[in-house]
Amino acid sequence: MATESSYYVPEQSRLPIFATIGLFLTAFGAANWINGGSSYIFFTGALAMAGVLWFWFAAVIRENMAGLNSDQLKRSYVWGMGWFIFSEVMFFAAFFGALYYIRTFAVPWLGGEGERGESNMLWQGFESTWPLMVTPDAAAHGDAAKITGPNAIIDPWHLPLLNTFILLTSSVTVHMAHVFLKKGKRTAFNLWLGLTVVLGALFLFFQVEEYYEAYTHLGLTLESGIYGTTFFMLTGFHGAHVTLGTIMLLIMLLRSVIAHHFKPDDHFGFEASSWYWHFVDVVWVGLFIFVYVLGS
Amino acid sequence: MAHGPKPGFSRWLYTTNHKDIGSMYLWFSFTMFLLGGCMALVIRAELFEPGLQIVQPEFFNQMTTMHGLIMVFGAVMPAFVGLANWMIPMMIGAPDMALPRMNNWSFWILPFAFAMLASTLFMDGGAPNFGWTFYAPLSTEYAPPSTTFFIFSIHIMGASSIMGAINIIATILNMRAPGMTLMKMPLFVWTWLITAYLLIAVMPVLAGVVTMMLMDIHFGTSFFSAAGGGDPVLFQHVFWFFGHPEVYIMILPAFGIISAIIPTFARKPLFGYSSMVYATASIAFLSFIVWAHHMFTVGMPVAGELFFMYATMLIAVPTGVKVFNWVTTMFRGSMTFETPMLFAIAFVILFTIGGFSGLMLAIAPADFQYHDTYFVVAHFHYVLVPGAIFSITAGVYYWLPKWTGNMYNETMGKVHFWLAFIGLNVTFFPMHFVGLAGMPRRIPDYSLQFADFNQIASMGAFLFGAAQIVFLFNVIRTVMGGKKATDEVWDNPEGLEWTVPSPAPYHTFSTPPAVR
Repeated sequence: MATESSYYVPEQSRLPIFATIGLFLTAFGAANWINGGSSYIFFTGALAMAGVLWFWFAAVIRENMAGLNSDQLKRSYVWGMGWFIFSEVMFFAAFFGALYYIRTFAVPWLGGEGERGESNMLWQGFESTWPLMVTPDAAAHGDAAKITGPNAIIDPWHLPLLNTFILLTSSVTVHMAHVFLKKGKRTAFNLWLGLTVVLGALFLFFQVEEYYEAYTHLGLTLESGIYGTTFFMLTGFHGAHVTLGTIMLLIMLLRSVIAHHFKPDDHFGFEASSWYWHFVDVVWVGLFIFVYVLGS
Repeated sequence: MAHGPKPGFSRWLYTTNHKDIGSMYLWFSFTMFLLGGCMALVIRAELFEPGLQIVQPEFFNQMTTMHGLIMVFGAVMPAFVGLANWMIPMMIGAPDMALPRMNNWSFWILPFAFAMLASTLFMDGGAPNFGWTFYAPLSTEYAPPSTTFFIFSIHIMGASSIMGAINIIATILNMRAPGMTLMKMPLFVWTWLITAYLLIAVMPVLAGVVTMMLMDIHFGTSFFSAAGGGDPVLFQHVFWFFGHPEVYIMILPAFGIISAIIPTFARKPLFGYSSMVYATASIAFLSFIVWAHHMFTVGMPVAGELFFMYATMLIAVPTGVKVFNWVTTMFRGSMTFETPMLFAIAFVILFTIGGFSGLMLAIAPADFQYHDTYFVVAHFHYVLVPGAIFSITAGVYYWLPKWTGNMYNETMGKVHFWLAFIGLNVTFFPMHFVGLAGMPRRIPDYSLQFADFNQIASMGAFLFGAAQIVFLFNVIRTVMGGKKATDEVWDNPEGLEWTVPSPAPYHTFSTPPAVR
């Protein structure tokens, strides 16, 4: 409940309408590009969107540094970030749920097992296995098949294990950064945060290497049946989130190093980014268990 | 701090005022309501007689699809968000929404998203034609190229909904005036709090399912293709995991509006306030575990059919609590029948009819007979038209004097009500009969024996459409002028919104109001 004696009422703002135009051009341009049109609209929109976000965040930071933000408004930002992360959790839940359904129900049924096993009559010769190396199409139609499975899959105990260490460590380092920030030790904060950004970049480097390996040597692609589909969609969306999280933390680092932003008791921009970082870390643990280890 | 609206059109583009944004949401919603309504009239005109008269089957399919999408995402949801914007800050004693700039962004995305969706009608291959539920593989392998634009318009309207919901939660949890404890909040605020939670939980799942479609169509994945080891039924599971809570997103705020109106015109406090809160929360919880009742005939294990059948029937319990409380509130009240009350009473009766047909559909073995017939169409139009639309209409008549400072024309309001009430029943009641007799939905032609009831339904549809013109005229007249409303407007209504002047000042509260 509010405890303030007066309320914050903002002025008009041009930011939202420009953000709308940027978002619209991005979305419309993406659809146009994917449907075979030119990519100019998409890139114009993406650029506009990036510009608007720059000015929007700059405005929020400026207002906060000028002392315009009441405690109540600050709490609204905290609630906002928390519920945004919850929406991201539900986005991943859709894909984890799809993986669960595929593995527990769809593939066994296609292989003739269980209560709906009669669907196997459409794909005779298909057997239910996971990882799914031979697709129903390949089992039923041999060389005439359009969708075939991968030749091999990623071994969880090499690059993915290394990446697990990297990401778990980075959650610790970002927490250390937070601890030192609260103590007011800027140099230590910068070092620990910088280390986190490096670890994030390292994770992404190894994931690119893993994808390269999968595409060139293992025949594991988006097109290689449901295994490749779930593997790349889950790890790919996670990778996109790590990319975004790394950029967020990098911006926080630059704000601290260049502009000396953040006070020991007022640093929600950093804290929100670190929450986001812990969130992508938790998703990775889920991926490592359910996609890599239990998937091999 | 500026004390009044800026002059000129830029006021609407740059505004951060919850009342401006609420009004824009409501006008946008009404525009979409008319557009989606015209599409419904194309459908009813074609179905006036058996055989093909007016449109081609391909265009008929585009009309059913676009009608559903526009009504769900363009008319009903934005109308509730508009009412939330207007009323929640006033009801809890807040100066504005918690995040006013994001509020403006949430709104302005919508006209762009729907322009993009509507533009698919003019693209090569036509608009999406697979129904508003866009089942794969109709929406993937057999879809028109415009589907890509449909997917991205869903993405940005989803972003709008999530931001709107985050804003509402932050407002309710963080901006209440001192003394406004959770269990003192008006039910409209409570139902919106729970609705916003549902929105944040399921709109990302909708984004996920359209992303899977996009990948299957353009990037060779196998989510919904059995050839690659996927399953088209997976689409239905993910879609309805979104879709069923979505149904409650469109009805919970309606419960809140009705719970505000009935006590005012029965001149009694609401019966069973806390049971209303718990019933709303129970319905929200149950909405997550009933989704496969939309899929009884798709081929599920018997255990699944039974679980979803019983879970669905459970919903009747908290819903029954609500209907009981509304009826009990009216019992021995000093009732008067102004237009908002007429719509509210019609809501209670007709929504209950829709609830009972829902109970019939919940019985899995019986659903094998009803599935994909006009009985289903009758059922969900009975919960959505007298449910969502009537409650929104009731809310507009109830709060319009507070918004504009002028009373609406009561006679015209009653004319609107009776035309709409008769029109809707004439349209949708016969659909129960043709549905039980086996008339399939989403088909532009039908067997001769269904002709009589379909002609009646089509006439009712045009009557219902005409009634909305009366509504539009009445609202515009009230905005322009009319008899001045008092601050209380009604006879001793409850709530902080009635303690401020009519029309409510541009910034309602600059300091927190006292809460009793």
